[in-house]
Amino acid sequence: MSSPDQPAADQVKERTGTPLLEVRALTAHHGQLRALTDVSLSVFPGDVYAIIGANGAGKSTLLRTIAGLHRPTTGSILLDGADVTGQRPERRLAAGIAMVPEGRRLFGSLTVEENLQVGSSYARPGPWNIERVYELFSWMRDRRGQRAAQLSGGEQQSVAIGRALVANPRVLLLDELSLGLAPLIVRRIYGTLPGLLAAGVTVLLVEQDVSQALRVATRIHCLLEGATTLEGPPEGVSPQRIESAYFGLAGVAGVAGPGGGSPPHQEPPS
Amino acid sequence: MSWVNAIIQGILIGGLYALFACGLSLMFGVMKVINLAHGDLAVVAGYLAVGVIAVTHIPAVWSFILVVPIFAVAGYVLQRTLIQASLNRGVLTTLLVTFGLSVVIENALLQFSSANSHSLGIGHLVSDSFSIGPQISIAYLLVAIFVVAVVVLLGLQYFLSLSRHGRLIRAVADDREAAQLSGVDYRHIFGIAAGIAFATVALAGIAWGMVSAFAPTTGTDTLLLFAFEAVVIGGLGSLWGTLAGGIILGVAQQIGAQINSADQFLAGQLVFLLLLVIRPQGLTGQQSTT
Repeated sequence: MSSPDQPAADQVKERTGTPLLEVRALTAHHGQLRALTDVSLSVFPGDVYAIIGANGAGKSTLLRTIAGLHRPTTGSILLDGADVTGQRPERRLAAGIAMVPEGRRLFGSLTVEENLQVGSSYARPGPWNIERVYELFSWMRDRRGQRAAQLSGGEQQSVAIGRALVANPRVLLLDELSLGLAPLIVRRIYGTLPGLLAAGVTVLLVEQDVSQALRVATRIHCLLEGATTLEGPPEGVSPQRIESAYFGLAGVAGVAGPGGGSPPHQEPPS
Repeated sequence: MSWVNAIIQGILIGGLYALFACGLSLMFGVMKVINLAHGDLAVVAGYLAVGVIAVTHIPAVWSFILVVPIFAVAGYVLQRTLIQASLNRGVLTTLLVTFGLSVVIENALLQFSSANSHSLGIGHLVSDSFSIGPQISIAYLLVAIFVVAVVVLLGLQYFLSLSRHGRLIRAVADDREAAQLSGVDYRHIFGIAAGIAFATVALAGIAWGMVSAFAPTTGTDTLLLFAFEAVVIGGLGSLWGTLAGGIILGVAQQIGAQINSADQFLAGQLVFLLLLVIRPQGLTGQQSTT
């Protein structure tokens, strides 16, 4: 993340071999409603993989399905080549998939420290522990005895990230970190991402705020009504293409009309 | 002085009611299961104690050593099988299933035993007492049961707030899905909570068998009602509220009996209804925000 063009160059080198997390042709439903249609993606070690899209595009469903909270209709999810599609969320955590859920979902009656202790109850061995989370978020140590429900939204989001980190995940899923938070707080929370990456955590995030996603992502994936409209590194993708992939404007980018444009799933030139 | 005596007796019996109620409160607080078979389970524990005493010839007072562990295991197994299966089908289903369980238990007891009432004979211990002044006589047994109830509540409090599994129980009660994302198998945690609830109800059932008598239908027509009232008076989810609820119920009953011996349970019911009107969230409960 040092200079704008360096990560992209790294990615070209590294994005080969077995992906750390692979989603193959995933289709998922909410009752009768189809939320995801044939979505595939590959996350490689060191990626900050951002899934963008409008409200109801299926972003959160995708993340919940990867974490095991939602059962897909068809398709498969692989972690480091091993199929985890049928596994419960708690087994996936042990395998290395942790998630910061939308709305933070802390254990409100538990203290900050107890939330982190629950997070580390079934942790994999690794560099993260409660002490290191306190170093990452320096305010937290002094307020570790406070009930999570009494914290502000931004503080709760930090505890939620800490709770997922202490499990020492290989892939960290972040669902709508910015939801309901002031822009300054959002920027501060996203400011911790480089530290996580340096510690070897790979990040798959869902973000409605496209500019925020573009600031941090090494790879973007746009969903529109549950289907992929754009996938690739953010460099070299024009704002117009992102906009059309996001809103589904006809004749441009992924939504190819008869008159031109590129077919879906095509990667932009790198 | 007879009024003071009534209040003291009420406080002591209130400990027993709290012992009945804490398991009910725990199961509702953690898995949102309203266990309508709770009272029947206490009666089953009584019958099991009778059986254990007959087979092993241990003194009735010590029957809990075998009955309580059996109940803890049964609670875990029942939660992981029947109750979990009903939970997967919605909260209303658990109500129907535990109601069905209650009917099955009562009829099975009638089938294999009889409608006659039983009690756990503990000889002179049941009547041994000490006196304060001319009119107040306190049974050692009631004092012992009250102490056991307080110790159980203290232990439960300690376990829930300080142990690793207690922490996981509270986490699962707060947010089951978020707990899963932290690697917690909530079904296992539910099983542990049910095991604890069953252990406490077994203890309460045995204590009841010593101070009073039980028949196959005692579970629903008396014990379940008392447990519910103690929980509602005290406020859901609070252990000490449950103790306060049990004591208020006990004192109301004793004072009612003092006025007219036929009105003992009526007085308890009236106080329960009164509190439900003026403080529906219970003594320790928070005002509902929804």
